[in-house]
This record gives sequence, C-alpha cells and structure tokens, in this order.
Amino acid sequence: MECKWVQTTCPYCACGCGLILLAIDGEIVDTLPSRTSPTNKGTLCIKGWNVHEFVQHKDRLKKPLIRNGGSFRETSWDEALGYAARELRRIRDTYGPDAIGILTSARCTNEENYILQKFSRATLGTNNVDHCARL
Amino acid sequence: MTNSFDELAEAECIFAIGSNTTIAHPIVSSRLFRCRKNGGTLIVVDPRKTEISRSADIHVQHRLGTDVALINGLMHIIHKNGWHNQEFIQERTEGFEELIATVEAYTPDRVAEITGVDTETLARVAKIYAQSQTSAIIYCLGITQHTTAVDNVKSLANLSMLCGQIGRPSTGVNPLRGQNNVQGACDMGGLPNVYPGYQAVTVPENRKKFENAWGRELPPNVGLTIMEMMGGCLDGKIKGMVILGENPVMSDPDSRHVKEALLSTEFFMAIDIFPTPTTAVAHLVLPAASFVEVDGTFTNSERRVQRVRKVIDPMAGKTNWQIIQELSTLLDYPMHYESAEEIFNEMASLTPSFAGISYPRLNEKGICWPCPNPDHPGSPILHVGKFTRGRGLFHAIEFKPPAEAPDDEYPFWMTTGTERAHYLTATMTRRCIHLDREMPELATDLNPADAKKMNIRDGDTVRVTSRRGTLLSKVWVTDRVKPGVVFMPLHFEEAAANLLTNPAMDPISKTPEYKVCAVRVEKVD
Repeated sequence: MECKWVQTTCPYCACGCGLILLAIDGEIVDTLPSRTSPTNKGTLCIKGWNVHEFVQHKDRLKKPLIRNGGSFRETSWDEALGYAARELRRIRDTYGPDAIGILTSARCTNEENYILQKFSRATLGTNNVDHCARL
Repeated sequence: MTNSFDELAEAECIFAIGSNTTIAHPIVSSRLFRCRKNGGTLIVVDPRKTEISRSADIHVQHRLGTDVALINGLMHIIHKNGWHNQEFIQERTEGFEELIATVEAYTPDRVAEITGVDTETLARVAKIYAQSQTSAIIYCLGITQHTTAVDNVKSLANLSMLCGQIGRPSTGVNPLRGQNNVQGACDMGGLPNVYPGYQAVTVPENRKKFENAWGRELPPNVGLTIMEMMGGCLDGKIKGMVILGENPVMSDPDSRHVKEALLSTEFFMAIDIFPTPTTAVAHLVLPAASFVEVDGTFTNSERRVQRVRKVIDPMAGKTNWQIIQELSTLLDYPMHYESAEEIFNEMASLTPSFAGISYPRLNEKGICWPCPNPDHPGSPILHVGKFTRGRGLFHAIEFKPPAEAPDDEYPFWMTTGTERAHYLTATMTRRCIHLDREMPELATDLNPADAKKMNIRDGDTVRVTSRRGTLLSKVWVTDRVKPGVVFMPLHFEEAAANLLTNPAMDPISKTPEYKVCAVRVEKVD
C-alpha cells in the first residue's frame, strides 16, 4: 500500500488556504488543513474540508471528445490535437489571427495561464485573450 | 489587495462593502471576527442581511446599486466636519478640489433619499471610518458586478485617500477576489491589453522585450474582452474559440446569448475537467488535469504566490501545459518545457514584479509580489510612501442608477450571489456528496412581507421572470432580503440565475450587472 500526504493550495476561493491531501494507492481519500499556512493556520471551510470528493468523481472527462452530429465520440489525443491544429491553422490563414479568441482560466495555475496567453500571442498572433475576472 | 489578510485583524475599523465574507471568503472572515474581539469596529455595508452583517457593529443596508451615492455622502460628511487627512491629501494626492466640488451636492438628506440609509447612521459611519487610527476597506463582487463597477471602486479609493487610510499596515482598499487564481490569471497576462506583470502590449519596448524572448513578431493592437469575443462570434468576426477551465454558458449574463455565440463559431474547443453546459456546445472537448494532477502556483487575494503540488498522475494522461505545448508545436511554434517550474522561471525572467520568486523560495509560506529580486522578502503592503503612479488621483464621480429598475411588469429587484455549500457554477461542489446534501436545489430568498401579500409559504415554488428569461425556483421566506427584493444563488445548471440577469455592463471593466435586475415573481400551484 502506497500512502502519501501532499501539501498544496485549495482550488476554490481566493483565500488560498493550505491543504494536505492524503492519497492511498492513487486515490485521494482525505483533506486536512495545513497548520503552517499563513492563510488558514490549521482551519478550513466546509468546501475545503470536502475538496477531495470531487477530484476523482466518476464524471471526470478522461478522453478527448469530438463532435459527431448531435453527440460526441471518444477519440485519441493524436487525432484530437491534429484536428484542433488543422482548424486553428485554417481559421488563422483564412480570416487572420484576430478571428480567434482564447479564454484562459482563473481556476488554473499561473503556469497554465502563462503558457496559454503565450500560445495566443506568439503561436497564433492575437491579443484576443481574456478570462472571467470581469465576471 | 493593497494589504494582507492578517492586518485586518489588527485594524481599528473595517469597512466591508459588497462582501458576504463568511460565505464567499470564510477564512478571511475569521480576521473580521478577530478584529472585533481586539476592540475594532466592524461596519458592514450590504443591501442584504448576511451572517457578517448580523455580527457587525453597524450594518448599513443601502438600496441595490447606490454605492457611489453612499460613498460620496460619507465623503461629504467627512469633509464638512474636517475629518479628512489634510497632510496626506497635500503630500500624496491630486484632484482634491474637483472631488470636493462634486461631493458638495451629496448632502446627508439627499443621500438618505437615494440610499435609504438614515442620516445618523451615515454620520456615525463617516466619523468612525475617518477618525480611527487604521481603517481598512474590503470589498467583493457586490461592488464590481455593476454597470458602475469602476465608479464604485474609484469611489472607495477616494474615500481611503481622503482619510489617509492607505499605505500603512491595517488600512487600504482590499478586493477579495472571486476565484482561487483570478489574481494570477490577470498577473500572467490573461488579459487583452497586457503581457505578464501588467506590461502593456501597446508600449513598443514591452513588445520588443517579449518578441525577443519568444522569437516571434507580436500583435501591437489591444485584443478583445470576453464579452466582445462573444459579440464577435455572433457578428462573424470571431470564427474560432478556445476556452480553458471556464463555463461561460452558465456564468455569463444572459447565458442564451453566449450559447448562441459559441454555436455560431466554425471551431470551438473546450478544455475542462467535467462536462458542463459549455463543453456541450463544443466541436472538440479535451480532458483537463485538475489541481491535484499538476505542479504549479496559485496567487491568492493578498497577492501571495503559493505552491500547488501534484498528488496523482493526470487522469487523462496530460497536464494542461502539455496540451498547449503539443498544440503549439503542431502549429509550427515548438515549445520544449520539461516542467511547470521551467515555465514559471521563464515568466519570472520577463516579469519584474516576479523576478525574485522561484519555487524553492515558495516552500513554506509563499511570497506576496512585488518581489523584484531573490533577496526581497515580498510586499504585503502596497503604496507605502507613494502610489504606483506617483500622486494618488481623486476621481470626482457622480451617482448613476443601475441599468434596470423595477416597473409594473417586473416589480421586484433581483440580486444574485453564492451560498455556503457551493462554489460558482458548482460543477465541483455539486459533485461533493456532503456539499450537495447541504443545498441540493435552487431556493430564492423572499421577504416575509412580500410572501404574505402573495400568499407564498416557505418551500413553495415560484416562477421568476425577467426580460431575458424565466425559471422555476423554491422559495425561502427570510428577512435576509428587504421587501421588494429577491436573492437568487447562481449555482444551479437546471435553473441558472444568469438566464435572468442583465448583460448591461460597465463601460470600462466590461463587468456585467449581475447584482441588479428587475424580475416578476409568480406563485406556481
């Protein structure tokens, strides 16, 4: 049995509480508040205490899905990324880079946001990049 | 935030406006309770009764959307009584005369008339805020989700500068950000007008710096905002959309409009961890990695950069940065990052306010940016000694009413917000069994006086209709709202409050007016 505790940061509100997640054999089974976190100092709210319940929920998307008429079919990463690249290239070449819009995420990490805005500006060539901060 | 969480507990006065702190930021609310315990005065300004307003020394229950009038009224009283900080105003600000000329007209009687707050309360609040040694303002979406969002925020800045309540410990103007990393998404340049660290895309030197670092020519024009992109989809200007980890079909105002917009693109790719109303209209859905599957950093509301650490492998096989990297490579701009840390280091090398931050330094407690070099301890307090722009600029601002007001056809005010057990569009919290049990379905708050008039009881079903749409809801009869006002939480996909809300937006920030619209409420038998 592999059992590990990992210290990380809560994904809900912008308090940014320190969490310790317990994983046993790859399954996250419990959440504890971090006592050393300057934010929450050993406390958590009701959402934080239950955070491990959603991450491995059965509804999680695990395969790329491609539209097939009114429904989706599962596909491989290679096919999915190839399709995305073809479509984005076609739109950029036909209508110009400003015909594409990118939304980064206030839910994702700094690194993910950085790389996506770089993708928008450098790879595609558009400043049409925003996220829901204004919402 | 200009200041940090812990300083709030030490303030002599806290002025919390448009923040349902115990629900939306529970761990920050502990500082508010501690402030009171330490002898501080807690003033809560909110059109609704909330837990924190019931725990306050003073609850100012103003009418929806009258914040500018209220704050101008407080400044009027402060100035008339000479409670303003003349030394601070002279040394550190400009535009004082224009401000005073404008607030002159906001007499207590007139402000009481507009806001519904009595003149005694106005005078008491003005005096305590101005005369405390340290007064901290905190605000949340109750201030920003209005057509006057920018006016509201500038008014709070005016108030703090008028009294010199900024640039010192336990003072300042402190927005509690709505989402875990909304601060970080902005800091990282997830905005149409700036690169990481708020370096404007229109400044040639900035563009040159990023062009050199990234080895590509970059566009010089400011891009489109989220609402402009949606409009662009409908006009045919935008043909392709990529959305990472957001659910705008549900979270945007007038959500039918957003759905139509996304449906009218030639290619729309959504990257998310769960199926949502937004992924449902995509041409291609990619499975994202959640926060337990990646290394990285989040930046909280006090600008503290903190580590996120991988617990399990990505459930769909790739991290989100790997997805973007591979796609970029296919589009002839190869990226070769080996780790999130490598991405962070590149960002920090291009962003002066992050230049001194690195993963090893973040281990225990994180660091508040700006942190310009590796020996810098970080900056919990902003604007010490001088403002970013030099002198603080007062903005003379007139009150403007909300975009929509009740009339005969839609006689109720409606406002929206969150409840304890859920988070935003609840794609995560409704999948937590213990949270779902707390609040499994939509319930709209209705005042007992209105309920009695309409013969509605607790738990009855009503039809709520606005100019945009209609939905069914259970009713919670409660004095949390005043007569003539209903409150609807936004968490429920099958009965989404944003079918009803008004997409009218602030002209500058483009924030929609989620906090005010007009609705009709009818009992359903």
